[in-house]
Amino acid sequence: MMKVTICIGSSCHLKGSKQIIEKLQALVAENNLKDKVDLAGKFCMGNCAEGVCVSIGEQVFSVQPDTVQTFFNDEILAKA
Amino acid sequence: MRIFDTDVQKLKYQVLREVARHAYDDKLAECYLDIPKTIAPGPQATMRCCIYKERAIAAERVRIAMGGDKTNPHIIEVIDIACDECPVSAYEVGSACRGCLAHRCQAACPRGAISFDETKKAHIDPDKCIQCGKCASVCPYSAITSRKRPCEMACKVKAISMGKNKVAEINYSKCISCGSCVYMCPFGAVVDKSFILDAVKLIRESENNTKYHVYAVVAPSISSQFRYAKIGQVITALKKLGFYNVIEAALGADMVAYSEARELVEKGFLTSSCCPAFVDFIKKNFPKMVQHISHNFSPMVAMGEYIKKTDPDGKVVFIGPCTAKKAEAQLEKAKPFVDCVLTFEELQALIDSRDFDITQLEEDVLDNASYYGRIFARSGGLSESVAQALKEQGLDHFEVRPLVCDGIEACKAALLKANVGKLTENFIEGMSCTGGCIGGAGCLTHGAKDKTEVDKYGMEAYEKTIGDALKMLP
Repeated sequence: MMKVTICIGSSCHLKGSKQIIEKLQALVAENNLKDKVDLAGKFCMGNCAEGVCVSIGEQVFSVQPDTVQTFFNDEILAKA
Repeated sequence: MRIFDTDVQKLKYQVLREVARHAYDDKLAECYLDIPKTIAPGPQATMRCCIYKERAIAAERVRIAMGGDKTNPHIIEVIDIACDECPVSAYEVGSACRGCLAHRCQAACPRGAISFDETKKAHIDPDKCIQCGKCASVCPYSAITSRKRPCEMACKVKAISMGKNKVAEINYSKCISCGSCVYMCPFGAVVDKSFILDAVKLIRESENNTKYHVYAVVAPSISSQFRYAKIGQVITALKKLGFYNVIEAALGADMVAYSEARELVEKGFLTSSCCPAFVDFIKKNFPKMVQHISHNFSPMVAMGEYIKKTDPDGKVVFIGPCTAKKAEAQLEKAKPFVDCVLTFEELQALIDSRDFDITQLEEDVLDNASYYGRIFARSGGLSESVAQALKEQGLDHFEVRPLVCDGIEACKAALLKANVGKLTENFIEGMSCTGGCIGGAGCLTHGAKDKTEVDKYGMEAYEKTIGDALKMLP
């Protein structure tokens, strides 16, 4: 199971975590990855300036609402 | 701008600030005995008969700031030596009595307690008087007045009364920890015990949030508080104090609104469970109604539960306007999710113990909840949110008929009716404090504009619907 954690702290929220969560949920469903990818939230990853923070394992990525698709393709779809 | 409504609050704050200051420096054990002298430096007494009594009372305040009587599990405590032995509560005939001929007072008295002296003035026999107040209400000169003690007047659940040596005594089988007496006692003799040391300990032992994260969960009534600064600056202050992140309890309120709406549809009749004093009041006075209390967590506990789901080692400190939340946090169902409760008064003390000026700080952001979660802070907000939650979940075939009970007396009236099946409404929104949470005893200030501030803060929420706010939770 791949655990993808999206920051839902205030700072990332205002930068668009909700759009990212919705998009990721849709992409995970579309690609039948529900058994392989676990989407979770976390309040703050300590890197507010780089938000929206999304982590897979130890690695933290900076994702924007318009880069979700690329992020999903490169980091989730390719590796799950 | 005044930071507090009264100087009693300020005194309590000064003690809390000193306790927190030494605790942060890990020097409390060696310094706590010096605090009374800091509070009452002398040589002249400014509050009591002499400097020695002032310091003795200050020492008691230090004790309560450090957690109070450990053998007493309840939140509200009386400092016996601070209780100024107000006059015995009773009806008295004042100098306005003209010695009239009508004697309405005597006719109104059901116990024959009123007699007249040689100057024809009325007298009340305290042994016969039952404090019904009928004489006072009929006197054409308003010469008869009640001299009820402020604590007894404040306590609408009649849990505080005169005990031994005329000192106030709390009947814990009735007390709902609402803090009304704490806020109203003119001598500061009734105090809510503080868990400020637990908060400092949680922060210190996290070693700058490296061992675990300490989250501050802030009640939406904060919007009517800290008016001398901006909310964003208070958030920065919280992080400077050592909190890892600050989260709105209002997001917990959004969760509650959704599940409360579903439970209401399922059961057909419900009383709210957000206000712990109201819940305690039902349990202590209306056992038959307990089954109708919503099974939802309060917003505080719901938020704590969610945080711990995302971060199992995380610690949760709730900061709000409420003394009863301190009692709620000790309940078995809340314990796993809330580690500590502070009031806004205590937060002010915590901030000032670090000697930084909030008004000079940069603004951080706080945005987790919707408009509806945020308006839980004021009377009526919960009902509006439940109605909205029904609509958003497509359950608006169910007609919610809320009875908004603003203050514990209104709650009591509603429960009395419901208890005998005479209530036409199907949802009781019970808030123990007048105005809702913004009227809480742990607030720094209370003012006419508080409700407007809450609504304004609600409007500023990034998410406009409850559903949108909840979509944040994957």
